[in-house]
Amino acid sequence: MTKVHPHVGLLVTCLVDAMRPEIGFATLKLLEQAGCSVSVPETQTCCGQPALNSGARGEAKTLAKRVVAAFEPFDYVVAPSGSCLGTVKTHYPELLADDPAWKRRAEQVAAKSYEILSFLSEVRNWRPEGVRFPAKATYHHTCAGLRELGIYAQPLKLLEQVDGLEILPLEGETACCGFGGTFAVKYPEISTAIVSDKTRQIAATGADTLLAADLGCLMNIAGKLSREGRSDIRVFHPVEILAGMADGKGVAGR
Amino acid sequence: MSTALRSPANFKRDAAEAVTKPSLKIALDRTTGLLQRRRVDVLKAYPEFEATREVAKNIKDHTLAHLDHYLAEFEKNATAAGAVVHWAETPEQACKIVIDLCRQADAKSVTRVKSMLGEEIGLPKALAAAGIERVETDLAEHIIQLADEPPSHIVIPAMHKTREEVADLFAHHHKEPKIDGEVGTLVESARGELRPKYVAADVGISGANFLIASTGTVVTVTNEGNAELTTELPGMHIVTAGIEKVVPEPQHALVLLRLLARSALGTEFTQYTSFFTGPRREDETTGPEAMHIVLVDNGRTQMLASEMRPMLRCIRCAACINHCPVYGAIGGHPYGSTYPGPMGSVLTPALQSLEVAKDLPHACTLNGRCQEVCPVKIPLPDLIRSLRDDTWRRNLVPKPAKLAVQAWAWVAVRPSLYRLVSGLANYALRLWAGPRGMIAKLPLAGGWTQGRDFPRPTGPTFMTQYKRRQGR
Repeated sequence: MTKVHPHVGLLVTCLVDAMRPEIGFATLKLLEQAGCSVSVPETQTCCGQPALNSGARGEAKTLAKRVVAAFEPFDYVVAPSGSCLGTVKTHYPELLADDPAWKRRAEQVAAKSYEILSFLSEVRNWRPEGVRFPAKATYHHTCAGLRELGIYAQPLKLLEQVDGLEILPLEGETACCGFGGTFAVKYPEISTAIVSDKTRQIAATGADTLLAADLGCLMNIAGKLSREGRSDIRVFHPVEILAGMADGKGVAGR
Repeated sequence: MSTALRSPANFKRDAAEAVTKPSLKIALDRTTGLLQRRRVDVLKAYPEFEATREVAKNIKDHTLAHLDHYLAEFEKNATAAGAVVHWAETPEQACKIVIDLCRQADAKSVTRVKSMLGEEIGLPKALAAAGIERVETDLAEHIIQLADEPPSHIVIPAMHKTREEVADLFAHHHKEPKIDGEVGTLVESARGELRPKYVAADVGISGANFLIASTGTVVTVTNEGNAELTTELPGMHIVTAGIEKVVPEPQHALVLLRLLARSALGTEFTQYTSFFTGPRREDETTGPEAMHIVLVDNGRTQMLASEMRPMLRCIRCAACINHCPVYGAIGGHPYGSTYPGPMGSVLTPALQSLEVAKDLPHACTLNGRCQEVCPVKIPLPDLIRSLRDDTWRRNLVPKPAKLAVQAWAWVAVRPSLYRLVSGLANYALRLWAGPRGMIAKLPLAGGWTQGRDFPRPTGPTFMTQYKRRQGR
């Protein structure tokens, strides 16, 4: 696709829609800065990941078909979440594999679907200019982004160019935070034990800001930090920083 | 945790209890952390790792596709070398064969090399029931035998014990304990206890890491040399092995061996790698007079014909276990089976039943690290998802959870209704939170808020605000 101003369909994701619209608006702003025209299909609800991961394949298929149909008119599909985008990109074609026509459509959508940070960095070659966020931050690599989509260096490359922002190394930066979608409520003791390791490692960096690119993980980590009374650590999605929209409260309410 | 109460059916309860044990956490962090770091280091010096994984996967897939052929080859060649091959479909049959052989040998005492297949078929219990003394010769197995506990890890069975706890056990049980706080001294203490028992044993029982079809050879690996002492000194060597252990030729075992030690312990090779082909020959002066090989199915042919087939590639390195955040939080015992962690969450439902093990595939964050480290590229998250599909289809998911997902999905395909419901939920959450940014207690979300706060939505939903901005 060689359009100067590609038409991007923004997959807001259900969690961003309900819990933290700022991430959606920051994504929108960045896409526009990167020269895209952006539409937000009104029929979108959820990508179906909770159904897929609960074993509800029938329900997941129905939702997958809706997303495919809603987003196939666009040049690209972009979401501010590795796990939602991972569902679209890696799971839809397999989920719809028993219907050749739908499988082909799912593959076509999958091929043009990108997580926002990798889209900005790889497809649009966009770099932040004049963005300032003075902080000592540390970065948690979310699992689906990392292992389903291969996103590791892209977000760091973008954040490097933010004035005043220093990224401190995080021990266990690629280890799961213990969120796991419905896992967090089905096995709360295990989930809490895992996220305790994460918050301990985050605290050990001395950072005042935690960044991660999936709201589920952010809510889990921020929720634990808040319960531990770590009011010194603020929690943001990287797009909020890059869009210059991290002037309000972070995910942990501070 | 006593052996009798172990069942995957108790997973939730046992896992919730496990996370409250500080010494378990210390033991798990020490060992999994060490194994993860060592694996990274050893792979730095092994640039052909990725290519070798692909070769290993192909070797296993090829063998599994022709499993009947290679098993027949193995039987033919092992028999020609003087071993006797037995076939067992169930754990009970396998144990009966072993016990009958022990009785034939008039065995009072048997030494055993760590074998997870032996644990899987319940051999320790069967030996006890038959009144035969069982001496575990692997250091970690020795530790848990003294503690009367089951293994909690397939490579490091005493993963759940700190060295301090081991010192207490040895002080209590060893005839002449040597304890000074050093691990080396603890090893000395165990050596002193075990050496005489090797000589006194009537039968030595081992597992097999690989079975080589073209030569009828059994391959074992250890880092303690106990396999050699166990199998070479007594008059009879009994091998218990799963049928998926077979590989066509020696070079194929060598490929897998390169991956096994690196993936399991972060070492280039095991200290001891032995190839046993038949019992003592006429021109030999050492080795057992008789060698018996018990090949066990226990659900494996069914796996072969199912979507779970890739799981039969598993070479039991435990890399997936060592990198699993859930295992790292709860250890192996709550899984209630011989096989914990990701590989266990796939194997246990196949070897026991999905009914009893229905929690295991759900107790996973699907973070994918297991697949990333697996040396034979088993798509563990896909297999785990597939088992979740089965639990859904067979009504093994708790009713309220199922209804919740169904109701949510019903709403999610009706965008206008969805907007209304998500708008209301968003509003209710903000109302509940009041001025606070974080919610400490939330009705219907006690699972979340028992250990974490829940963020207050920052404002109306994205869709609501977006429409407003569009001037609609």
